Amino acid sequence: MAALHEMTLTEAADRLARGEMSSRELTRACLDRIETVERSLGAFLSVDADGALAAADAADAARQKGEVAGRPLLGVPLALKDVLAERDRPLTCGSRILENFVSPYDATVVERLRRAGAVFLGRLNMDEFAMGSSTENSAFHPTRNPWDPDRIPGGSSGGCAAAVAAGECLASIGSDTGGSVRQPASFCGVVGLKPTYGRVSRYGLVAFASSLDQVGPVTRTVEDAAQLLEVIAGHDPRDSTSLPDPVSAYSRALTGEVRGLRIGLPREYQVSGLDPEVKVAVAQAVDVLAGLGAEVKEISLPHTEYAVAAYYIIAPAEASANLARFDGIRYGVRREGADPIALYRATRGAGFGLEVKRRVILGTYVLSSGYYDAYYLRAQKVRSLIRQDFLRAFEEVDVVATPTVPTTAFRLGEKSSDPLQMYLLDICTLSCNLAGICGISVPCGFSKDPRLPIGLQLLGRPLGEETLLRAAHAYQSATDWHRRRPPLESRGAG
Amino acid sequence: MAGTDFDIQYIAHLARLDLTEEEQRQLGAQLQQVLGYMDKLKEPEVGGVEPMAHALPRSNVFREDAVRPSLPHEEALRNAPARANGLFVVPKIVE
Repeated sequence: MAALHEMTLTEAADRLARGEMSSRELTRACLDRIETVERSLGAFLSVDADGALAAADAADAARQKGEVAGRPLLGVPLALKDVLAERDRPLTCGSRILENFVSPYDATVVERLRRAGAVFLGRLNMDEFAMGSSTENSAFHPTRNPWDPDRIPGGSSGGCAAAVAAGECLASIGSDTGGSVRQPASFCGVVGLKPTYGRVSRYGLVAFASSLDQVGPVTRTVEDAAQLLEVIAGHDPRDSTSLPDPVSAYSRALTGEVRGLRIGLPREYQVSGLDPEVKVAVAQAVDVLAGLGAEVKEISLPHTEYAVAAYYIIAPAEASANLARFDGIRYGVRREGADPIALYRATRGAGFGLEVKRRVILGTYVLSSGYYDAYYLRAQKVRSLIRQDFLRAFEEVDVVATPTVPTTAFRLGEKSSDPLQMYLLDICTLSCNLAGICGISVPCGFSKDPRLPIGLQLLGRPLGEETLLRAAHAYQSATDWHRRRPPLESRGAG
Repeated sequence: MAGTDFDIQYIAHLARLDLTEEEQRQLGAQLQQVLGYMDKLKEPEVGGVEPMAHALPRSNVFREDAVRPSLPHEEALRNAPARANGLFVVPKIVE
């Protein structure tokens, strides 16, 4: 039997329900695992051992009394990206400017998880304000890839993916604005789901780019992702962009059946810089689905090559407006100044890291008088074209299959001095957010030397999560890449 | 739109963001390069294409204008860098 911390969420929930173990035992196993590997990993910004054990005891007591109805996650230990408000806990967003911030309320997602019985272990590391693809932009410390400590875990939800891959928690919740759940999931060999825009409430998620941000789970299996989506999805009157559509029983959509499912391979995703090993692994994954009876055809998403330019105008523009609230007046650090403007400038200059400054400057520029039409308005029109590409493609196919990232995880420091090269690596994940559709990354193989995980990305129609999850789950049922564990043990406990 | 007239000091002022000289130099050069890349957006034909601000076909989402509990006063002030008499302390704005 797997060690407690290595179980999937679904297995753990079943064993808790059958009384084969307690939430305290399971939570203790995760905390022990954190103690063993965290020093070499750095996935967490803070761990709440006392709070987690108290919640675990409360879950065990509730189960004793039979208070289990509507609580599918009763006693299951999870961890949250440090961008989701969790009452009375830190909310730093990986930034110095929020170093001492304590959440006065729960995000809707956290409220729903709590109601479902989840236990929260701590706050996970991230690129500052979710801006980055490597978690190197955290103001506090980098996170290392569990498969190779010299490499980055991806980002911005690098802590989420590293913690799940290393067995520190059974699953985690991140946010995905341009690939921030799927890309680190790919680099760390775990599952990352970005739901359709509006499927999950953004209330209590610190805003980066409001028209692109979406909360999503990082898990070991598609089954676990479906289970978590079922809990966190749904309409929220506190988020005017949340969709009123009823939430499906996603777990029940996982029939393993993909006969007749139409899979599109967009020819534009054969990008330059596509690692040959990634290309082969993704092609083999598509062959597996074809072997299960899916129909595969080549399709075209002609505006793909403009996604990076459109995204890196729209996202920084929205960020520059959203981050205006960090001015040293109502919360966060304050640096005094001779007048209010000097105070704002000093506070933000001292509180923000370099990537955040870069994007605030870029966003301010593309929205400034004289440049708005040339950059921002034009990017919004190109965004329409990218969405139309997908809606047209989804008339012919049910899901689209691509690599999640053109490469495997790179080394710490390898790309941090060249922002444009870092941005270009996001080519396969950005369009999903621009179009507002759903997408998932699942492990589909490894590079040979060094041995690093590769991710298959599947993209689905708006609110097409059932079909998306069904396809991804069928793939996992026929393969065992998701059962491979990183060789953390052999490096010892440090 | 090649961004050759990119004035980082002016943009930093608009953004209310102090940058060191080193940051100005570094960000200025990097953003010139990024803006150069953005020239790609001139390629696709966008005549007659509506700009897309949002991924959802929803607009004017209202909720009932009813009195509901909100964040308690003390909680709202909890993270304030400076406070007095139940209020945020801010720098003097008018003489």
